[in-house]
Amino acid sequence: MARRNNLASGALLGLGIAAFIDETVFHQLLHWHHFYDKSTPAVGLVSDGIFHAVSFFAAVASLFLLASLRRTGSWHPRAWWGALLTAAGVFQLYDGTIQHKLMRLHQIRYDVDLTAYDWTWNIIAVALIATGLVPLTRSRHTAATP
Amino acid sequence: MIGGLIAAALVYAVAVFRLRRRGVDWRPGRALAWYVGVAAAVGAVAGHEHTFREHMAGHLVLGMGAPILLVLGRPVTLALRVLPVRPARRLARVLRSRPIAVLTHPVTAGVLDAGGMWLLYTTGLHSAGPLVQLHLLLAGYLFTAAIIGRDPAPHRPGPAVRAAALIAFVAVHGILAKHLYAHPPPGVPALESEPAAQLMYYGGDLLHLVVIVLLCRELFPSPARAWRLPTAPARDGFQTPSA
Repeated sequence: MARRNNLASGALLGLGIAAFIDETVFHQLLHWHHFYDKSTPAVGLVSDGIFHAVSFFAAVASLFLLASLRRTGSWHPRAWWGALLTAAGVFQLYDGTIQHKLMRLHQIRYDVDLTAYDWTWNIIAVALIATGLVPLTRSRHTAATP
Repeated sequence: MIGGLIAAALVYAVAVFRLRRRGVDWRPGRALAWYVGVAAAVGAVAGHEHTFREHMAGHLVLGMGAPILLVLGRPVTLALRVLPVRPARRLARVLRSRPIAVLTHPVTAGVLDAGGMWLLYTTGLHSAGPLVQLHLLLAGYLFTAAIIGRDPAPHRPGPAVRAAALIAFVAVHGILAKHLYAHPPPGVPALESEPAAQLMYYGGDLLHLVVIVLLCRELFPSPARAWRLPTAPARDGFQTPSA
C-alpha cells in the first residue's frame, strides 16, 4: 500500500512537472511553442485538453499525497524519485512523438529545421525513463527484503 | 439580476444576525466569502464591456470566481440552522429528493455548465443579456457545489466521481478556449478573440487550480486540520514512527 502510494505520488508529480515545464518554459518564456497553431485536427485538440487537465490535477494531488506519506513516515525516496523520472520521461516521449508528430498539435519551434529539436526532445525523454527505471527496480528489491 | 444579488447578501446577513442572537456561532470567513462572492458577481454584471476580452473576464468571474466564493459561504448549512424546525425539515426533504439528486450530480451540473458555455461561444448567444449571465452564475454554482461543496448534500457522490467530473470539465474548458482562438464566435474579429481565448485558458486554469486544491484538501485530509472537524473519526498515523 505504501509502495503503491509512493509510486502514485511520484508518477503524478512527474507528469505534472513535465507538463508544467512544457507550459512555462516552452510556451510562456521562450515562445517556441504556439498556443495553438491552427493546423491541428480535432483529435489533437481533445488529446491536449485531456492531458492538460489530468496533469494539472495530478500535480496538486501528488503533493497532497506526498505530504501524507511524509506525515506517516512512509515516504520511500527511491521508489518515489524513480516513478517521478519515469513518468516525466513517458509524458515527454508522448508529447514529442504522438502529440507533436502524429497529431501535429504544435511543433517544438517554428521557422527552423526541426530534426535536431525533435531528436533532442525525444532522446531526453528516453534518458529520463532510463534514469528513472534504475531506482525503481532497486526499490522493489529493498521493498521485498526490508 | 443585481437586485437579486443584493437580496442574497441581505438575506444572508439577516440569517447570520439571527443565528448570532441565538448564541450560535457562524464563522466570519464563510460570511466574508459570501459577501465578496456577491460583490464580484455584481461587479461582473454591472461592468461595461467594450472588448470581447473584457466580456470574457466578466464571464470568468461570473461563471467560476464568484461561484467558488458563494459555495464557501455554505448558504444551505446556514439556512438549515437558522430556519424554524418545520421549514428546515421541508428544505432537508427537498435536498433528499430525486430531482435535486439528479440536478446536483457532478455530471449533470458539469454538462449544464460546460454545455451552456459551449453553446454560448459557438453561437451568437454570448452577447445576449441577463439570462445568459444568470445561467452562467447558477450553473457555475451548481457545478462548484457538486465538486467541492461542504453543504449537506445526501446524494453527493464519492471523490473519484467528483475528481473525474472536474478533470473532464477542465479539459472541455481548455478545448473550448483553443477552439475559440481559431474560430471566433459570430460577430467577433479574430484580433479580439485571440487574447480573449488566452484569457479564458489561463484565467480558467487559475480558478481551476483553486477548485482542485479545495477538492484535494478533502481527499487527503491532514490531521493538523482535524481539530476543526470534531465529528471526524480519530485518525491514526498522526505521529506514528516509520511504518
